[in-house]
Amino acid sequence: MRLMTAEGLSLGHAGATTLRDVDFHIDRGEIVTLVGPNGSGKSTLVKGLIGALRPLRGHVDQLRDLRIGYVPQSLQIDSFLPLTVTRFLCLPHRHSAEAMARALQEAGVPDLAKHQMRDLSGGQFQRVLLARALLMSPDLLILDEATQGLDQPGAAAFYRQIAEVRDQLGCAVLMVSHDLHVVMAASDRVLCLNGHVCCQGTPDVVQDAPEYRALFGTGTQGAFALYRHQHDHHHHHDHDHDHEDA
Amino acid sequence: MLDDFLVRAGLAGVGTALAAAPLGCFVVWRRMAYFGDATAHAALLGVALSLAFQGPIMVGVLASALSMAVLVQGLSGRGLAEDTLLGVMAHAALAVGLVAVSLMSGVRVDLMGYLFGDILAVSKTDLGLIWSGAAVVVGLILWRWQRLLTATLNPDLAQSSGISARTEQLVLTVALAVTVAVAIKVVGALLIGALLVIPPAVARPLARTPESMAMMTALIGSASAVGGLAAAYQFDTPTGPTIVCVAAGLFVLTTLFGARITR
Repeated sequence: MRLMTAEGLSLGHAGATTLRDVDFHIDRGEIVTLVGPNGSGKSTLVKGLIGALRPLRGHVDQLRDLRIGYVPQSLQIDSFLPLTVTRFLCLPHRHSAEAMARALQEAGVPDLAKHQMRDLSGGQFQRVLLARALLMSPDLLILDEATQGLDQPGAAAFYRQIAEVRDQLGCAVLMVSHDLHVVMAASDRVLCLNGHVCCQGTPDVVQDAPEYRALFGTGTQGAFALYRHQHDHHHHHDHDHDHEDA
Repeated sequence: MLDDFLVRAGLAGVGTALAAAPLGCFVVWRRMAYFGDATAHAALLGVALSLAFQGPIMVGVLASALSMAVLVQGLSGRGLAEDTLLGVMAHAALAVGLVAVSLMSGVRVDLMGYLFGDILAVSKTDLGLIWSGAAVVVGLILWRWQRLLTATLNPDLAQSSGISARTEQLVLTVALAVTVAVAIKVVGALLIGALLVIPPAVARPLARTPESMAMMTALIGSASAVGGLAAAYQFDTPTGPTIVCVAAGLFVLTTLFGARITR
């Protein structure tokens, strides 16, 4: 079932267009990933799809009463805002204690209910955000660089959790990510953005597309090299530390 | 009972503190302190306008505070650093207001009263207006509580659940303008910002949830109002500033010792 469609979508801030002529769709059960260099419009597209940004041109159509579980890129909680995990999970809709316990369990952080949000580690925080998104019983789960601030094993574990959640709930998942090699493997479809949709398709197709290679480098170094490029944004190959174990 | 000016003053102070409590929490959580100042300072311009048109002061204050708040909200996010923009607006509003009031020749104006409040001169009518205003503000914020909290955490998060961050911002803007109109008689244009920001800051170390913080803020605000009134009566000091002094004293106390209470 088609959950969301965008046609001819152009998005931007204050007159400047960051993303042009995007056609997009996502179906139930699908995992779609957005990749692209910094400033390529990944987060902008997500904002356009959830309605936080009004399209300059084109339109977004979604299923009636589509429930979106959104995990934002970052969430700064002001130090003057006291907030327990339980209280946070009840925004904007209140849930029963059992439902919250189940969601925290599904997100892999069963023991945090009474903690203050500010006391959580980066990984715990992201998982609590995921638990909150799960409580919406989402048809569509949207993760905007949800593994920012996690180390590689942490990110990999997080994505395994996402795949499990998808299998359990049967929801669609839309991810934005920098961790290309992990994400690509887990995706049904990949959209490569750079101000517009450069190329799209299954991970295999995209990985071999010339547009993608032009952006992320080519050849035998494969995913490992891609990760390096995204990681430090130098385009020379001084492998001063080791990502081999990832 | 209401014939006693001290009772009227106490009730006015408590009413203002109740209105300022939940709103002040959002001002602190959303880092809108300067926004509150700009709106409060615009109240002085409202006083001048009311004098010029010989209308009721509270209407003029409400109108100018609302215009200022909407203006600031519209201008924010247009390139100029928000902090600077708000600073310019806050101080310009104050200066323009002072000049405008002084231009009202022929009218003897108690400028000090509008700058620092004149809580001892609160009439029964004022009291009615203050408590009606407080009821509006508290009702508005309670009604939108969950939405406001979600939008405060993250606008995109709110939007993904169908909550418009702009609408919620507007709710706070209206609440702020009403609070300013209510509070100008009690603490005056200069110290409204203090009444918004200090009580929540006092309550923070004692609270574990947003709700408990808002409740404690109301309690602390009311206590500051009554305590300040008593102290001002005792020591013959200006009432508005004394109320703020009491609140600031409580802030020092809970900041030093509060962490020990909750941990």
